[in-house]
Amino acid sequence: MSDLADLTITEAGKRLRSGDITSVDLLDAVTRRASVTESHLHAFLTLDGEGARASAERADADLAKGTDHGPLHGIPVALKDNMCTIGVETTASSKILKGWKPPYDGTAVARLKAAGAVITGKTNLDEFAMGSSTENSAFGETRNPWSTDHVPGGSSGGSAAAAAVGSAFGSFGSDTGGSVRQPAALCGVVGMKPTYGLVSRYGLIAFASSLDQIGPFSRSVEDSVALLGATAGWDRYDATSIKGPVPNFGGSLTTGVQGLKIGIVKELMGEGIDPQVLAATIAVADKLTDAGAHVVEISMPSTEYALSAYYLIAPAECSANLARFDGVRFGHRSTVEGTTEDMMAHSRAEGFGPEVVRRILLGTYALSAGYYDAFYGQAQKVRTLVRNDFTSAYAQVDVLISPTSPTTAFRIGERAVDPIAMYYSDVCTIPSNLSGDPAISVPIGLDDEGLPIGFQIMAPALGEEVMYQVAAAVERLVEFDQRPALATSEVAPV
Amino acid sequence: MTAWEAVIGLETHVELSTKSKMFCSCPTDFGDEPNTACCPVCLALPGALPVPNEEAIAGIVKIGLALECDINESSLFYRKNYFYPDLPKNYQISQYTFPVCEHGTLDVDVNGEPTVVGITRVHMEEDTGKSSHIGDGGGRIHDARHTLLDFNRAGVPLVEVVTEPDIRSAEQARAYAAELQRIVLSLGVSDARLEAGSMRFDANVSVRPVGETKLGTRTETKNVNSLRSLQRAISFEIDRQIQVLEDGGSIVQETRHWNEDTGATTSMRVKEESEDYRYFQDPDLLPLEVTAAWQDEIRSTITALPAERRVAIIEQGVDRETAVILVDSDELSGLFAAALGDGVPARTVALWLTGDVVAYLRRNEVELSSTGLTSEHLAVLGRMVDSGDLSSSAAKEVLIAVLDGDGGPGEIADDRDLLQVSDTGAIEEAVDAVLADNADALERIRSGDMKPFGFLVGQVMRHMGGKADPSVVRSVLEEKTTDSR
Ligand SMILES: [Zn+2]
Repeated sequence: MSDLADLTITEAGKRLRSGDITSVDLLDAVTRRASVTESHLHAFLTLDGEGARASAERADADLAKGTDHGPLHGIPVALKDNMCTIGVETTASSKILKGWKPPYDGTAVARLKAAGAVITGKTNLDEFAMGSSTENSAFGETRNPWSTDHVPGGSSGGSAAAAAVGSAFGSFGSDTGGSVRQPAALCGVVGMKPTYGLVSRYGLIAFASSLDQIGPFSRSVEDSVALLGATAGWDRYDATSIKGPVPNFGGSLTTGVQGLKIGIVKELMGEGIDPQVLAATIAVADKLTDAGAHVVEISMPSTEYALSAYYLIAPAECSANLARFDGVRFGHRSTVEGTTEDMMAHSRAEGFGPEVVRRILLGTYALSAGYYDAFYGQAQKVRTLVRNDFTSAYAQVDVLISPTSPTTAFRIGERAVDPIAMYYSDVCTIPSNLSGDPAISVPIGLDDEGLPIGFQIMAPALGEEVMYQVAAAVERLVEFDQRPALATSEVAPV
Repeated sequence: MTAWEAVIGLETHVELSTKSKMFCSCPTDFGDEPNTACCPVCLALPGALPVPNEEAIAGIVKIGLALECDINESSLFYRKNYFYPDLPKNYQISQYTFPVCEHGTLDVDVNGEPTVVGITRVHMEEDTGKSSHIGDGGGRIHDARHTLLDFNRAGVPLVEVVTEPDIRSAEQARAYAAELQRIVLSLGVSDARLEAGSMRFDANVSVRPVGETKLGTRTETKNVNSLRSLQRAISFEIDRQIQVLEDGGSIVQETRHWNEDTGATTSMRVKEESEDYRYFQDPDLLPLEVTAAWQDEIRSTITALPAERRVAIIEQGVDRETAVILVDSDELSGLFAAALGDGVPARTVALWLTGDVVAYLRRNEVELSSTGLTSEHLAVLGRMVDSGDLSSSAAKEVLIAVLDGDGGPGEIADDRDLLQVSDTGAIEEAVDAVLADNADALERIRSGDMKPFGFLVGQVMRHMGGKADPSVVRSVLEEKTTDSR
């Protein structure tokens, strides 16, 4: 493996600092890779070649002067297209925002730029991050690098595919119900969702404000720490961001799991979970036991209601969050003749795709007078129960483990016609969004179709250090080093 | 004939005059140029988030404390959902359960009759932008050809003060509104300019037969922006409702619009049911904490409220009406307070300020500050009247001369020879001389006919060139006409 595009961020950083390669070399490598893979995958909506080159040249000049902005200095990364980037089109994969160029950078984006990262482009997603397959994009679906007949997962499918195939060294997505971890699992990369409030949401186009978190994709746990580190920390522009010092996430990467208590979530290890995924998860749990951890079964009885609660809370919040897309101040404006009210209604009807409309309607009903208590009110109660389950679990164990996704990647179109089956893709990931706690997916192997399997590690709020400690141990124990065919063989662009 | 009783509740919106908007750092003192004080947050661009303004929170807590409300140590922001083009997010950040302030009172007084108006809640929200509907619809959105939008005002902190239905007349409503305006001004949290819309009223009005305890169907007259209009609109609405009911009709629950020109309210739209705003707690904002310590800190910045200041002035012997005028003007009440002291007649000074001085300023179209009238001038002038050195009419002449900038009161009175003689020696001499010249008058008085007494007083005054203190003249004359009997 001699292609620069396949280096981890850590390896690339070492070689940059040794003077062996430049940031422009790294950019050229991922650009070359994208030129081969994009026609198969469609991971990107926008490739900002010029902007990226300017940043890479600046990074090289800075480093030559001795100015080092840290682990991401000169590293090409990709961003999900719901993260606002000044002057660069940001659509959330919706027709309603086609052509919209934000006049500002979101906080995470600004911090990445300040950390010297080279932003190569914007990746595809399910429209407004609503979906689990990246099929709900107004601009065409993204395909799985391991098998282009399969979905990459979603909603951050473009970022997952880019990190997996090497058209970026790392990337960012947003995770509302599993939208980073599930595609990470389906694409065989590391994907994590931070503690709610650890990374500012300012500049992230909101789906469900109480659940959304920006999180990184990478090809190693160590890289994940670097990517999170560059974006984490209190932000005065996000009232829900956590004040106080940022924890040392990577402090225990080499510690191992000797003596750690690990709970395996009983409710996520049975019905509905693919047997191969189940077997792989148990095998890793056994390896952790062998490595000195105490693995015990933990019951979280509210888990079975979490999915239903999520599909009321998230739509309710989105019904208000998406109200601003009305054609008045930005985005698509209908040309249908009529009153201002007609213009607003037609702009929305023309601009939103069917899944977005479905969730707005669902959320509007859930909040309506006469339905509020039965739906939204009840869902909030379930959310409290889920939190209580986690609290009592963490009184017994240091971290919890489960599969990340009940299945490996499914075929394109397979679940598109059945929303409920699609919603079930998030069953393992949603509880951590409801509780606001951190969780990570680490690749642990391939199923017999050659599709990746993800392993989830969940930790208490601000428990990123122990979460990464276990993730790094799993990474060493499983030695997952396969690469998707698209990344390793010279596949001709189609 | 049924006797009717009106039941009125008021909702008052007060724009706070904070440096920046409620949830972003845009300025609130924007000029006329549309859409110049805007940012991603107040334009609701995708990805933007609200962060509460502490100065605004301190402002609403001040209002709540002044209205004797309970302050919730933890209060919640909600989203109030409705679509309107000048509402950038198509929801307004407002409060629902757990507003910042609840359960207060405000005392109002109409013609000496005090009433306590209950305050249900005082909550924090954000203002909308401004729409101008261009086209045939008479300024209504439904028929507009196009709509111009200015988002400068969008996101300006707005406090809503909601009363209990405790008000029973249009006069009381006006008195309540005026007192609330005074309080807000005295707290310094808003410029409370009704004509500029920085304070505006919605009036909920219903009527019922006297003795009935159930509330009648109410109407809501929205966005009334002067005290006079408020009183007129409520009066109209009460009369209209009584007329409808007496004619056998029923009141429709609806929003009405006050038309200043026609002096009537008209229906805006029928509320089929109460509109469903789908309130839910705003997930972008944490519960708002107003700790006891912060409340104490805010309370310590509140100086005496208008009601307290009026009482203090009335205790000086000033009548209520004059006290109200004094307290309504920081300049006048400031001069008044500084002029008070030993030998200064408070009531006289108060009447000068609220009468002669105010009339002078109005007549000459000048500001008090440009006249050079000082509290020291008022104190000196007051003492001169109190000691009898100056008649009250001469004092007014001196006061006008001081306002004209002719100098200090002593100097002016001296120059114009206005000082009174109250030295009994000189007066006695004059009395003796007058009595000597009018022996028959003296004789008549001594025989019990008091008629010539006034004539003699006049003669003494003339003898003194008008500068004697008439009360001293009287007592000396009385003494002399009875004494030598
Ligand atoms: Zn602003």
